[in-house]
Amino acid sequence: MNNNAMEKLKNFMGDRLLTEIDERVSYGYDGSFGQYLPDCVVQVLSTEEVQQTVCIANEYEIPLYARGASTSLSGGPLPVHGGIVLDFSQWHSKLEIYPEDLIIKASPGVITGDIHKLAESYNLMYPPDPSSSSICTIGGNLAENAGGPRGVKYGVTKDYVIGLEIVTADGKVLKTGGNTVKNVTGYDLTKLIIGSEGTLAIITEATLRLIPKPLDTRTAMIIFDDLYTAGQSISKILTSGVRPSKMEILDRNAINKVVDYAGLDLPREAAAILLVEVDGDPDVLSKELDIVQEALKKIGVDDIQIASDKEEEARLWQVRKLVSPAIVTSGYTKISEDATVPLSKIPDMFRKIDEIKRKYNLNIVVFGHAGDGNLHPTINTNMRDSDEVGRVEDAVEEIFKYAIELGGTLSGEHGIGTMKKAFLANEISDDGVLFQKAIKKALDPKNILNPGKIFPEPGEKRLVLQND
Amino acid sequence: MTETLIDKLDYRATFDCVQCGYCLPVCPTYLAFKKEKHSPRGRINLVKMAAEEKISIEDMREGIDLCLGCRACETICPTNVRYGDILMSAVEVLEENKSTGVIEKGIRTSAFGIALKHKKVLRLINRGLYAYQLSGVQGLVNKKNLLKPVDKFNQLNKAMPDVVLSRRISRSVNPFRNKEMSVGFFQGCIMESFFAHINSLAMKIMKKNGIQVTNIPTQTCCGALQHHAGEADRTLELAMKNIEAYEKYDFDYIVNTIGGCGATLKEYDKLFVPGTNWHDRARAFTDKVRDISQIMAMIEFDFSNEVNRRAVYQPSCHLENVQKVFSEPLDIIRKIPGLDYVEMNEKSLCCGSAGVYNILHFDESMQILDMKMNNVKQTRPDLIITSNPGCHIQMKLGVEREGLSREIEVRHIVEVVAEACGVMEG
Repeated sequence: MNNNAMEKLKNFMGDRLLTEIDERVSYGYDGSFGQYLPDCVVQVLSTEEVQQTVCIANEYEIPLYARGASTSLSGGPLPVHGGIVLDFSQWHSKLEIYPEDLIIKASPGVITGDIHKLAESYNLMYPPDPSSSSICTIGGNLAENAGGPRGVKYGVTKDYVIGLEIVTADGKVLKTGGNTVKNVTGYDLTKLIIGSEGTLAIITEATLRLIPKPLDTRTAMIIFDDLYTAGQSISKILTSGVRPSKMEILDRNAINKVVDYAGLDLPREAAAILLVEVDGDPDVLSKELDIVQEALKKIGVDDIQIASDKEEEARLWQVRKLVSPAIVTSGYTKISEDATVPLSKIPDMFRKIDEIKRKYNLNIVVFGHAGDGNLHPTINTNMRDSDEVGRVEDAVEEIFKYAIELGGTLSGEHGIGTMKKAFLANEISDDGVLFQKAIKKALDPKNILNPGKIFPEPGEKRLVLQND
Repeated sequence: MTETLIDKLDYRATFDCVQCGYCLPVCPTYLAFKKEKHSPRGRINLVKMAAEEKISIEDMREGIDLCLGCRACETICPTNVRYGDILMSAVEVLEENKSTGVIEKGIRTSAFGIALKHKKVLRLINRGLYAYQLSGVQGLVNKKNLLKPVDKFNQLNKAMPDVVLSRRISRSVNPFRNKEMSVGFFQGCIMESFFAHINSLAMKIMKKNGIQVTNIPTQTCCGALQHHAGEADRTLELAMKNIEAYEKYDFDYIVNTIGGCGATLKEYDKLFVPGTNWHDRARAFTDKVRDISQIMAMIEFDFSNEVNRRAVYQPSCHLENVQKVFSEPLDIIRKIPGLDYVEMNEKSLCCGSAGVYNILHFDESMQILDMKMNNVKQTRPDLIITSNPGCHIQMKLGVEREGLSREIEVRHIVEVVAEACGVMEG
């Protein structure tokens, strides 16, 4: 990196500019794959510091990589071309609630779970709930448009952001949206920036929308003998007149892993388990569960357990929580995918993944957010076995392609990042890629904002899990 | 070279880490120092990078040195990464790589290398020679300018407890069981040097409640500090001595009052190769190791005195994260009549004592202690209950630094239970 640029950074960042090798390697990874080496890290704590850093990067054409808690599963914050990592994780100074306006304003390093807690203390709710919410930052959630189990009823991050403060690639600070839910003044830049993975602008503050916190929840567990009926049930429940707040599915492999791991009393021979949560007024919830039961009876499904108290409810959700630890074998690495398909195609997707599992002789379990078709086929692999890693790469590629074939998408909630960019055109077509690139070029002509993400490099056609 | 470093460092275990970051919010050094290299995820990555020779061994040093080893990350980890093993492998490699004459080595050799192994020396320390010892260490430290002002050590000195003379362990012990429950007591060297009265109270509480307690003369230091310093040979030697000593008796449990030592005893099996005779013997030993709170939780107490205090509990990290003892101390504390227990925020966060961390890394340790004291102050207690001597001294230091020594007392859980059930010292 240019010495003058480094000197300038040093001048205003002081000891929050990190340049030693042990620091730099520590900001070169995320929850996905690959290890990269940035030239330096700046631990920003204000919009002004971001702005000054962007101006220097713009002047010297240095790549800029925004990074929150680096829990990304798609490679979003990886500094693939070196340059500067903007570490937002320490900038959590602003977290303000305006209960009468039902909004929260937060700086990018605020942990999502802290937003949940603050909202709940006012009997309000910020619905997006990625499973990493106790650690991930709101900035990362905004950049990747994070989802979570509650997506089936409440939608995803973009549905709860009404305003942003951003720093543009040429160093201007501007606001998008505002403080109101309705706002049609000009282009909807808020929605454009959300999910743009840090490639169009750097987010320095968000205004988030809250809703009243549901009074109560109830949970049912439904056990299936065959996958086809499990898939059918998802649509059946969602068209029964009830809108579940969560709908999570586990396949047979996942069930057995959980039984082995935690000794829970679950049917090993079941093809799948569906966990359904409804939320709202307690009086209404029992009625809603009756409706669900009735609807399922019509297609011959009657193995339904309804949690009678909070303890039992927690036990049922424990099953879902334990999937992640249960599928990990010591020495092996977990690769979580998030291809998403239309609801009616879930059984097809399950069948295909089972076929892929056998074809490539891999350890794959499937679980995920059934209510929005967002499945998480998860592969457990030995990253030191390059032959196996090669088979994993082929298998993942096949999953991606099949999801698209079914009318689904490469990524429901993790983002494209480095992991899926080779397949972008498969989903959105070459013209679609050109259109998106035109936006990128207009807003970041020097390509300094998170370069190497979303768009494939020329000739890039494959998923590669190892970068060395 | 690559081969050997990959073997020496627990490279395989680093692959269990999926870099999800769940460990970050529970890591005291990440919270205090605000950098990824001071987080478990960061350190595991440093070890992996060093094993792959992408960085040098020395590049790991700062990150690894400043780890408290509290292992809160293991408790939260969703993929069961063996962080303790990865950390120890790095400590050992760094220790091997170190040039001689470094301060740390000096402190270790003088303070516990010789002392902890020899009970005679320990008794001497106990008899008031510690100040001399410490000033020796202090001189060394000052010469190297590790801690510059003398008052840092004075602060620590102030927090040191009043020493109660420990009695010699009786040479003659009854080898036969005469009660339904028979336990072997493990006194621990630091504990017996500075908190002999707590050990004595613990034994009295158990005896009063019908438990046969035997304090065997053949026991030795648990090896915790040597282990944490990367001295594998010495640790192994001590472990074998203890295993040999206790297996001669018919004990249901081996009981101690020290969260840290208990954790080391509990992990003796890890020192031996699975499948070997020594591994089996170690396993039989570790299966019996219990913290005093686990034994007290089995007792139906008849509390005679009210303890009218407002108390917080500072758990020993190793009691929780290694021994997995979470609820027993609280169950007992909640049963004590008159005691108003309040849970402080971030209760399970390390206090920064961590063996000799507060001597080797005084400033960093104080940063961590300050976070802890902020949480203590919010709950306005007049009593802090501890479960390990290191934490005990550190919490006293915290109280001292905040100028609250008149308002807040620090006591070991055994002392509080003893008061409640009328067991007296002496």
